[in-house]
Amino acid sequence: MFRFSSLMLGKALVVAEMVNGKVSPATLSAITAASKVGPVTALVAGSNAKDAAAVVATVQSVAEVLATVGEHYDHGLPEEYAPLIEAAVQAHKYTHVFAGTSAFGKNVVPRAAALAGCMPIAEITAVKSEDTFVRQAFAGNAITTVKSKDKVKYCTVRGTAFERVAAEGGSATVSDLPAVSPVKSAKFVEDKLTKSDKPDLATAATVIAGGRGMKSGENFKILEELAAPLHAAVGATRAVVDAGYVPNEMQVGQTGKTVAPNFYLACGISGAIQHVAGMKDSKVIAVINTDEEAPFFQIADYGIVDDLFKVVPALTEKVKANAK
Amino acid sequence: MFRTLPNYLKVAVCVKRVVDYTVKVRVKDNKVQTANSKMSVNPFDEIAIEEAIQLKEKKLATEVVAVTIGSKKAEEVLRTAMALGCDTAVHVVVPDAAAETVEPLAVAQILQKLHEDLKPDIWILGKQAVDDDCGCTAQLLAGLLNVPQGTFASKVEVKGNAVTVTREVDAGHQVVELTTPCVLAADLRLNTPRFPKLPNIMKARKKPIDTRDVAAFGVDIAPHLSTEVVTEPETRKAGVKVKSVDEFYDKLCNEAKVL
Repeated sequence: MFRFSSLMLGKALVVAEMVNGKVSPATLSAITAASKVGPVTALVAGSNAKDAAAVVATVQSVAEVLATVGEHYDHGLPEEYAPLIEAAVQAHKYTHVFAGTSAFGKNVVPRAAALAGCMPIAEITAVKSEDTFVRQAFAGNAITTVKSKDKVKYCTVRGTAFERVAAEGGSATVSDLPAVSPVKSAKFVEDKLTKSDKPDLATAATVIAGGRGMKSGENFKILEELAAPLHAAVGATRAVVDAGYVPNEMQVGQTGKTVAPNFYLACGISGAIQHVAGMKDSKVIAVINTDEEAPFFQIADYGIVDDLFKVVPALTEKVKANAK
Repeated sequence: MFRTLPNYLKVAVCVKRVVDYTVKVRVKDNKVQTANSKMSVNPFDEIAIEEAIQLKEKKLATEVVAVTIGSKKAEEVLRTAMALGCDTAVHVVVPDAAAETVEPLAVAQILQKLHEDLKPDIWILGKQAVDDDCGCTAQLLAGLLNVPQGTFASKVEVKGNAVTVTREVDAGHQVVELTTPCVLAADLRLNTPRFPKLPNIMKARKKPIDTRDVAAFGVDIAPHLSTEVVTEPETRKAGVKVKSVDEFYDKLCNEAKVL
């Protein structure tokens, strides 16, 4: 252990997010990032925090789990979470607070940082040392290495930049962290979640995305048909989301989701910088576009200048035939 | 002023001058080159302005004040905000040398001080600035003020001092109810910003701007994060363009092995 001590100067707290009784993929990536600075403690809170803690305790690289029971933590409200994180940092002297870059992490971590007077570090893509991190700015066109002089570093972690730790095989100790009395300045009303049995866009190995060239929401069916045999997720550009073709949680880009799948197939997408910012770390990129001047061809490994309404169904047939 | 309803609100919108979102910036000499780039209002702040003006048009808000923190040149974004319908503007002037390194934390601390002065019921910010891509000023401000926050807002309904916010979350939407004062962060789907009309642009030129020196706030604007290295992302090696669907499939299947 001591051999690696140059990096292991910290004591990290990961604010865990649970999705349907499982640790979220974003949290598993955050644990990888956190384990680079020191021993990792995970925090879970909610009315069923005890059950959640038992699940988190089996995650690799987690040394300790703090469980806070309180129903005011059930919906991830930052007004309630931030004081709890602050109390945990005070009580256990953590040097780092990490969370995944999800809507939850982005909402909660900066607020907790404010309570400590620290500058949060958003969407880190690498941990250089306990106080030096890499992140992107200008829609991914500038990669910056920043050094924090804050006592406690509050970071959100870009999920696609870190491997996810295994959700099994760990054996962390579980201890209680007392709840902070409810703030009640915000009230949870309801969740309107899109139910889907398809692979999650942010973590899928293959992503097929459609842009304005799809012409209508109806036409996304042809992408779904290709996606099904490939177990791929279907994404979209801001333009088609704005046009109401598909729901906004399908948006890939600077202001939508960041994906880095094995294979990204872009159909009818020009490749504007805001879109590319969300997928340029994909391993293999293929582009189908009728416009041979489309900027996307400059970053694509494979491109075909043709009508997607001809190419996509043809690909689907070939994939299906091959599967048989 | 005669008030027919007891719940007339004051709204403050925060606006940032950024490199236009269509510009692809270059990195040179360990620095992002922004000197001659086209600058404009941060796109999310345009949405924040639009929402504030709509609250006024719905007679829910009486006054909209636009706020910016930045160099002398940042004044132009306030002119745009006023041309769009903001009533007044506050410009916290930061010396040019320091303007580029003002962090969200310092911005939030300055806004916290301004809050004592302006006393708005609702702060509306954009969810993130497209230059630093931090996306944390709204949360920091809400935390410092110890008021509720409605981030990634795609729908806002105001009734008395209750603000119902529909938030864009990973798998859909979440609805929360906040009490004023509160801080909102606008997401793309909140509205479609309008364009300023020429006569309004002319009128906005004459409106006074409340200019204040950042030093007067007593906030330490020295960055907590020092930038050590800035590089361009690795360029991908040039790919191949294929002629036929068969060839396309063959490459993806046999060469890239992704199908």
